[in-house]
Amino acid sequence: MKALVCVKRVIDYNVKIRVKADKTGVETENVKMSMNPFDEIAVEEAVRMKEKGLIDEIIVLSIGTDKSQETIRSGLAMGGDRGILVKTDNEQIEPLNVGKIIQTICKKESPDMVILGKQAIDDDCNQTGQIVATLLGYPQATFASEVKKNDDNTIDVTREVDGGLETIRIAIPCVITTDLRLNEPRYASLPNIMKAKQKKIEVVEIQTFGIDIKNRLDILEVNEPPERKPGIKVQDVESLVNKLKNEAKIL
Amino acid sequence: MTILVVIEHDNNTIKQSSLSTISAAKKIEDNVEAIILGKDMNSAVNDLKKCDHLKKIYTVDDKMFENPIAENLSSAIAKFIDGKDFSHILSPSTTFGKNMSPKLSALLDVQQISDITNIISSDTFERPIYAGNAIAKVRSNDKVKVITVRPTCFEPCGKNSEIDSQELVLDIDVNGNVSFVKYDQSKSDRPELTSAKIVISGGRGMQNGDNFRLLEGIADKLGAAMGASRAAVDAGFVPNDWQVGQTGKIVAPDLYIAVGISGAIQHIAGIKDSKFIACINKDEEAPIFNFSDYGLVGDLFEVLPQLEEKL
Repeated sequence: MKALVCVKRVIDYNVKIRVKADKTGVETENVKMSMNPFDEIAVEEAVRMKEKGLIDEIIVLSIGTDKSQETIRSGLAMGGDRGILVKTDNEQIEPLNVGKIIQTICKKESPDMVILGKQAIDDDCNQTGQIVATLLGYPQATFASEVKKNDDNTIDVTREVDGGLETIRIAIPCVITTDLRLNEPRYASLPNIMKAKQKKIEVVEIQTFGIDIKNRLDILEVNEPPERKPGIKVQDVESLVNKLKNEAKIL
Repeated sequence: MTILVVIEHDNNTIKQSSLSTISAAKKIEDNVEAIILGKDMNSAVNDLKKCDHLKKIYTVDDKMFENPIAENLSSAIAKFIDGKDFSHILSPSTTFGKNMSPKLSALLDVQQISDITNIISSDTFERPIYAGNAIAKVRSNDKVKVITVRPTCFEPCGKNSEIDSQELVLDIDVNGNVSFVKYDQSKSDRPELTSAKIVISGGRGMQNGDNFRLLEGIADKLGAAMGASRAAVDAGFVPNDWQVGQTGKIVAPDLYIAVGISGAIQHIAGIKDSKFIACINKDEEAPIFNFSDYGLVGDLFEVLPQLEEKL
């Protein structure tokens, strides 16, 4: 089996983001960037499947500026075999167009499994996997918390849904999006980081795809969320109950 | 303009998320119609018929919709709207809508607007990005707007109406590449997390799953739903669907009580629309105090039994 893992370079999970003063977006200059944590889980899952002998090759794909090569490299250091960077200057390509680009890559590479995070922690869209599956006509399993390959070219995926866990069986080729509890991604070891430097990353210019990547949504402004008014500290349980009863009038 | 709302249900009742989505639709435009796809769902349809604001209801009853398989749902809805003039297709931003709606957008070749929290006009919406640490105001240039709605940001619609439904037969093939295996529902007699008036959550400070019993007594007295921080879920104290926060459930109850939760930004993102937040934590420097209306510094193992007694 061949796996295509899609990874996005985003502001690091632990960075407290700052909205730009001119309201055009969020400050990304001199901010630590990392692989989207959900995509890291996707890389890890592919690598574990390879270690079990279920996958022969893992391709790590990213769409972005030259800097996204670093993100692909960290995927290769975790165990990916080779990388593809679809190079673009537009840092905010919308999920629909991202889906179309991944679709084109899939036509060329014919992966058996496309695996990626359920959402990116920058735009929080939660769309790309579903779009890719639809465009390719592959079955999808979103929000995966367990992935089990069967002998008959199907995969059982347990999905985290509201109110519980759902299990579905999908035929290969397929698209899987990962949720938090699927696995705990490994840290790449120093030797593996060194080895990843020798692995090949193919760079393709986005123009060669012939896809209109014009955004459909205009971002009119980006604002800070409304602040909560600072509260008070209460001395004991009695005054807490008192406040909830008489001030908040909830109890 | 006519808006189509895709109804989330369990073949018995309409989910609260759908009631909120109907309200959001009504905010955009008066002409609101709804489609419900399921199997043997008479009581759900009867429930839907009572919902306010709806001008028409379309029902599709077929074995293939017994479970919400996204492939079948999205092809059916795309087939239904083909040649019709819907301006907006709204679904709740729950795992149901998040799974299905982007497929619909791909079939229509439009860019979905995910998880809207506010409606500015028929083409302009607000949605949180970066875990709610920024709010983007976006305008869609697509002809049909495919949207998911954050349910907690819109009051559920009333159920004081009585309108007819219209049964549809859509000639589509069942997707043979995906099949339902099972659904393990988390058992609970308590209200649903996302629609409860009061939520009490425990964090890493609870130390283990057994200690969540300390919260149960309080939850029982208050009729509250129970939740947890990601730390508590990851540590295996409680099931995953208890998780409140950016990557879990977004809640907006009248009162949120955070116990032994430090208040990571990802957790705050899931609770900050609550009317009141109270917290109990022994570390007075914990960030949760900055977001709480009422904070109590103390050892939760002493405080919780006292609280239960005083209620």
